[in-house]
Formats: sequence, C-alpha cells, structure tokens
Amino acid sequence: MSVDLERTVSITVNGVPREATVPVRRLLSDALRHDLGLTGTHVGCEHGVCGACTVLVDGEPMRSCLLLAVQVDGRSVTTVEGLARDDGRGGQLLHPVQEAFRECHALQCGFCTPGFLTTIAAGLDARDNSVDITDDEVDELVGGNLCRCTGYANIKKAVRHAAATMKDPR
Amino acid sequence: MTTKLFGEPVRRREDVRLTTGRGRYLDDIGHTALAAAFVRSPHAHARIVDIDVEAALDVEGLVAIYTYEDLTGRMAEPLPVLIPHPQLHAPRTGYPLANGVVRHVGEPVAMVVATDRYIAEDVCDRIVVTYDELPVVVGVDAAVAAAATVHDDVPDNVSAHHLQETGDVEAALRGAENTLSFTQYVERSASTPMEGKGVHARWDADDKSLRVYSSTQASTSVRAAIAAKLELSLDRVEVIAPDVGGGFGVKIVHPWPEELLVPMAAIALGQEVKWSEDRREHFISAAHERQQKQEITVGFDDDGRITALDAHIWHDNGAYTPYGIIIPIITATQLVGPYVIPVYRARVESMYTNTVIVTPYRGAGRPQACYAMERTMDRIADKLGLDRAEVRRRNLIQPDQFPYDQQLIFQDGRPVIYDSGNYQGLLEKLTALVGWDDVAGLRADAESRGRLLGAGMALYVEGTGPGPYEGGHVQVLGSGKVLVSTGLTSQGQGHETAFAQIVATELGVPIEDVEVTTGDTRRFGYAVGTFASRAAVMSGNAIALAARGVREKALRIAADVLEADATDLEIDEGVVQVKGTPGTGVPLRTLAVLSNPLRYAFDEAAQQATQFAGPGDASLPPVAVGDAPGLEHIDYYSPVRSTFASGAHAVIVEIDPATWEIEIVKYAVVHDCGTMINPMIVEGQVHGGVAQGVGGALYERMAYDADGQLQNASFMDFLMPYASEVPAVVIDHQVTKSPLNPLGIKGAGEAGVIPGTAAIASAIEDATGRRIASMPISPTELYDLMRDENAERTARGTGVLT
Repeated sequence: MSVDLERTVSITVNGVPREATVPVRRLLSDALRHDLGLTGTHVGCEHGVCGACTVLVDGEPMRSCLLLAVQVDGRSVTTVEGLARDDGRGGQLLHPVQEAFRECHALQCGFCTPGFLTTIAAGLDARDNSVDITDDEVDELVGGNLCRCTGYANIKKAVRHAAATMKDPR
Repeated sequence: MTTKLFGEPVRRREDVRLTTGRGRYLDDIGHTALAAAFVRSPHAHARIVDIDVEAALDVEGLVAIYTYEDLTGRMAEPLPVLIPHPQLHAPRTGYPLANGVVRHVGEPVAMVVATDRYIAEDVCDRIVVTYDELPVVVGVDAAVAAAATVHDDVPDNVSAHHLQETGDVEAALRGAENTLSFTQYVERSASTPMEGKGVHARWDADDKSLRVYSSTQASTSVRAAIAAKLELSLDRVEVIAPDVGGGFGVKIVHPWPEELLVPMAAIALGQEVKWSEDRREHFISAAHERQQKQEITVGFDDDGRITALDAHIWHDNGAYTPYGIIIPIITATQLVGPYVIPVYRARVESMYTNTVIVTPYRGAGRPQACYAMERTMDRIADKLGLDRAEVRRRNLIQPDQFPYDQQLIFQDGRPVIYDSGNYQGLLEKLTALVGWDDVAGLRADAESRGRLLGAGMALYVEGTGPGPYEGGHVQVLGSGKVLVSTGLTSQGQGHETAFAQIVATELGVPIEDVEVTTGDTRRFGYAVGTFASRAAVMSGNAIALAARGVREKALRIAADVLEADATDLEIDEGVVQVKGTPGTGVPLRTLAVLSNPLRYAFDEAAQQATQFAGPGDASLPPVAVGDAPGLEHIDYYSPVRSTFASGAHAVIVEIDPATWEIEIVKYAVVHDCGTMINPMIVEGQVHGGVAQGVGGALYERMAYDADGQLQNASFMDFLMPYASEVPAVVIDHQVTKSPLNPLGIKGAGEAGVIPGTAAIASAIEDATGRRIASMPISPTELYDLMRDENAERTARGTGVLT
C-alpha cells in the first residue's frame, strides 16, 4: 500500500478555481484543510454525525468528512470562509447568519460553528425570507449539527435573528 | 464618558474570528509537521507478548515507530499522580506507552510517526501486537467482588477509602425518629468536547528550545510536566493553548501520553510533529466520569428535618488514578448541599476497573452528590406525605447563618465554609418560576390527553474558585494598546471579552484597545488552570488587581505631569484628566512612554521620554528606588478558601404511556453566581450545562460490555443531545456576592449541569409512581420498569397505569 493513486482535482472553492493533487482516498475535509489551507472547516467525528465539517457542494450542505476530494472534482464548494461577500470596497460583508451568531452569543468554543453557519446560510438563502420563519423551520435548520457548549438556545435565536435581518435588511 | 462595561452583556470579541473560519485550533497549526498515530490496545486487560513491526517497515512515508522499549530516563517511568492524598493508599498510573500490560481498551501501545496521518494509520494497521488476555473487571460491583483485579498488587481493586465525617453518625441514626435507606446508581458519561485532544511540537535545535501547542486546560502545568519528563530546563520549554474546541474537564488531565511522546519525537527527529486524535480515540483514551453506586441512610424527625445522613459510595475510577481522588472528595463534600445536616458521614471507595480513566467532567462529582442528596429529600417527602419543596425548605440553611461551616475539608484542602447565599430565596424563585403549585392542574390536563406528567426539583451548592492562585498582567503600550495576560486557559468561556471588560472598566479605556491572552507560558508563567468554575473568580480578580496597580501608577505619573493631586484625577476614554475637565488631560499611551525613561529617541513618542526631554530633578535617579520602567503591573489573587455558588432547577416532564418517551416540557433554573462580569456569557454557560445535564439524565451512557469493550464509541450510539433533545430553559437570577474576593464573583461554569439528573429522576418518578433509582433512563428502561411487578412504587403513586 505504499503507492497511493493520486489525482489532480479542480474545485472552485469560495468562488476561486483551485487545484490540488491528492491521493484518491483523501477526504474532502482533509483536502480543504490541509491541501488548500482552508482550516475553517472542522472535523469533529469523521463519521458524519456531528456536522462540524459541513460545507456546501454546489450550494447543498454536505458532510465533507463523508466525501472524497475526488468526488467534487469539477464542482463548487463553499466553506465558512466563503460565506462573507466582498463589499466592493476592499472589505467583507458578513452573511447575516454570521452577524446573528455574534449578536446572539450563539457560539462559545466555536468548533462546531462553521458547520452550523454553512448549513443555516444555505437554508436561509434558499427560502423566501419575506415570510417570517417558523419554529419548525428553525428546528430543521439546527437539528443536524451537534454543539456541546451552547445548549442550542442561542443558536436558534440567531437563526430567527438572521431570518428577520434578511426579511428586513435595514 | 467611557461606559462601564463590567456587568454588561458585551458582545464577544473572539467571535470576529470564530464566525469567519479564522480560529486557530490545534489541527490548524503545523501544516508541514510529521503526523503521529497510535496503536492502541483492543483488549481491556492483557499482557503484551510481542510487538512485530516487520510488515510496517516498508510503508512509504514511515519515519519512526516507538514502543516502551524506546523510552528512556524519566519517560520510562509511570505517568505522575497529579494530586496525591493521604487516603489514596493505592495510586496507580500508566506509562506513556504500555509497559508489558494494558489495562483498558484504547491504552497506547506504540506511536508511529509518518509524513501524514493516513500513512501513519496505514503503518499502525500493519503492526502486529500479540496479547495474552487477562480477566476483566467492569463496573463497581465487579470491582468490589474482586474476582479479578486490575492491578496485581491491589487485590481488592480499591485505590482509596475517602472518609469525611462530622460526628457519630451511627449513634445519631439510632436516635432518629425515622430512618430510611436506599441504593441508587448513576452511569458513566464524558465531557465529549467537539474538538478532541491534540499536540504539536517543534524543537529548535539551534536555540535548544521546545515549543508545544496542546489543546489543554492547563498549559503551565503541561510545560512543567514536559520539562520534567523530557529532562529539559523549564526555561527551554514553552507551552501554548491555541483556540480550544471545548474542554469540560477532560483537557485538565496532564500530561497525556501524547503530550510527552509527540515532543519527544520532535526532538529525536528534528522535525515538527503533530497529533490530533479522532473521535474513536477520544472515546477510548481520553477520560470519562460519573459512574457511582450510592447507599444512603438518613435519619429525620416527623417534620422531615434531617438529623443524620450516612452516604456510602462506590466510585469507578477506571484503570488508573492520575488525578487522584478529587471526584470522590467533591462528591463527599458537596453532598450536603444547601442544608443543615447535623451529623454527616461520607465514605467513598474509589475502585479500579478495566476501563478508561475517570477524571473531572463538568461538575466533577457534584452531579452525583446532588443526586444523592436531592433524591434523599424526595424519599423523605414521600415517606411523610409532604410536599417535596416543603421538606427542602425545612432543612435549608437560613440567610442569616452565613458564613456556614459544614465542617468538611474541600478539594483545595480548605474548610467547606459557605461564604454567602440565600437558599430560601432560590427555592422561592424556583417554585414561582416553574409554577410548582400549578402542577396538579397540569397533570390533570396531561391525563386528559392520555399522557403522564410529573415535576421534580433539585438544589445545589457548588464550591467554586479554588486556589491556590491565578495572576494577571496588565500593560499599557506606547501605542495605546493595553495588553492583558493570565496563565489559565480558555475553551469557549469568553475570557478574551470578560477579562477585557474588567480592564476597560478598571482603567477607563475603550474595550477596543484591550487585548487579552490566556494560556500562553510565554506571556504568563505562573498559573494553575481552568477547572472548578474558577477562571472568573481567580483570573478575573487577579486581572482587576493588576489593572488597579496600573491605574495607581498612571495617576501618580499624571499627577506629576499635570501638576495635580492624584486624588483629583480620573481616567476617561484612555485619557487621565482632572475630574470633569475633558480635553485637558494626558493619554495613557503618553504616560506609558513617559514611564520608561530612554536614552534613544527612535520615534516621536520615544523622543518625549528621553533623558533630555524634560527638566527632571538631577538629584533623583530617573527610575526611582522601588519603581520600575513601564506602565504595567502584575498581581495575583489567592483565596483563603473557595467561594460557594448555588442554584436550583425544576423540571416538568410528560411521558407517553405508549412509547414511554420522556419529554421535558418545562425546565426552570434559578442561578446565583454572585457578581456577573457578562450576564450573556453566564447565561450561555447555564444553557450549555443544562444540555449536558439533560444528556446525562436521558441519553448519555458509556456502554461497556463485560469484556471491557466500549460498545458505543461513536456519536452513532453515544447519544449526545441535538437541539431536539434540549428543552427551552427559563432562567431567573439571584446575586449574593462573595465577600471573599474584591469583585464579589462566584463561579458559573459548572452550574447548569449539576442538578439535572436529580431533578429529572424526581420528575419521572412523580409522573409514574415508580421509584427511579438508576440514571440515565431510556424509554425502553422505563417501559421495563413499569411492567416489573417487583418495581418499587412511591407512596404517592400518582402514575396511572398498566
């Protein structure tokens, strides 16, 4: 087993075309973190339960610990580092969910946070935010990620806060 | 006017980087480092017959393999017993790599270093270890029976007999109007932070110095341990805790084998080495806690007042005792809670088993203590037909009885003397908050919907902020930046914000100018660590004292510059001025420059401070005797004893009599941690603790089989709560300041988890009319209990059923 099959993959990560030559068994989580230097995505369990490694593949939340890097060859991936937008003046405009997490104390150690942020951002971006978010929708958005620090109360609060901001961006 | 930020829900400064993926956790460091991985024992108890690495040697990318045979000097000695105690008569610890015997599944046997983690694991798979299996001991009952032993030279499997007593309990029980006895169990769980452990080491061969990053709660202590074991001078080792993804106690143990082996390899190989564990490793080689068997006998009068309490407890300490008997001590001393217990005895037998070591997990023995005391209160109420809140009320220490001496010796070796509190107030607020008097009506309503309903409560007193000390360093730079450092560490408690609030308030500077560093031995060398809800109490006060020292010096220098009296000066927005005269003062940054007389004017600010800058008094030295250059101060806070926080939780559950699913429909918390630096952070701590309490009561259990195999070493089967399992929490606060420290703070970190198991057990019992004597409880177990004809019923037996 000393010779690994390698492949060069092309992935658009956070809007930027990236290339990496990786062993075919390389997990996407490891490729993002160690081959592409984007350490914002975290690894909590490597068996797809905790959700800390969640990234968006073509806009859909997926567990990067359950994907091989070669599986996203030619696709686009968004990590937590890509949630903010360029504000056109050399700075960053945070996604409403990132602002909401800060405002609502929805993180403590921050390790699970990237997985929540990508999942919730995708969920909020996909819904019609002119309509108030319901408790069921909030539960759905936060229900698949583990957090050991916050007890989830403030995370739910942050989701409502972000949705309200997106409804009325004043 | 600078807003006083102390006491305000200031938004956290660490969140700027943590919400944008710019945190720096252990595995984010050292991309070019070699990777370590471990061969771990698959057996709970076995002799190592042979380690054959032949098949692993030709794996491309392999750099080194280490076994016990490769360890020399102090590395070949057992790991330290961190906290010895006279009653710990048979302490035992493991070796960094197993020395001929393994005593739990997961114990490290060999370390592999390779060019990356995948290859290191390939190598591990090819190393063949031959074992001779030995008999296995799992659970306190098997440990007590001692048909097999964990350590050959500990024939009864007992590491310690811990005893605390305040009088002749047996005589007191004989004289009691009523007595009752019962046995109950609580099962193992674990801290389970989302980030596991990790170590990165870099040896600078030119400088002969070692830098280690570790995901630890005690970087100063890890530094001392590494220096001792690798036989380096302390000044040649620095240890830094980077961003840490949760600790909850499991990261207080040190040195982990990996904390010694990874630096050892870095030195030997002359290259950076990094190890970060995966989830399975964490389950089988980190630490667990909570398992106890408790036999309680209580004597009480016809009004429900306790006259004597005798607790005999068997505590499962796992295969080794690196952390001594801290948990048994805490259980024994915190059991008495907020009550007057005239005569008390606690005997805790700490037992070896062939399982992962047991060291503090948030609460550290207090949840078990609360479970013992509060379930005793429930049984007294049941026996006498009294309301459970009323029985508690009759036993409470009164508000005018402080300081109250429980006549016990705490984990810090100091007396358990409650400094302040108002337990009466807690109980009143709790019954109001949960609607205790309305439960009967709620129950009737639930029954009309075909559901059972019950309520439970639990009160606790929590010793927090044990010493021996913490320190703080506050320094104002010529740039205006205020640097703050303390040696203890952070795992999400918001120290960068809370400690900045203290300094901003004490010094009168904008919080944006304050930068806090924790857990870095390069910045602060003397510290103890983050545990026992002590950081705000200890470092908070030390930092406040250091800031006050800076303030005093700033005013002294400014008084000179402004030709005013120091008592007429104030600091506002970082400027020292005569009170009420904005625009006429001198900024702290200038005072910082002036405080350091210089020879060379290398910039404009420095020019102000050179020896040629002002008239000066030629008869006096530029730095006065007893003074020092710079606008900075170091101070320490060392408490005479711990301060005691307190709280009360109440829970209402509804149970579906078809599925026996237990739903928490209301969770009420009343919480008293004295002065709060940041109420938002305190509330977050309570939320997190409650989630762990709920997890421990209903979902989390380490499922060891009789062979010592951990059957649920993953999140698939170890049920950590998702959002769907955690109820909304209503919180009310009470503030009884601590008279023991300048800021009046008591700890808050563990509060949320302490009474969960007790309160939920009580509620389930109230709903079902069946005695709940073993926690956690699942729907399946509840179903079995309800169908068991021999199951003990409560006297009130309010549960309706099959």
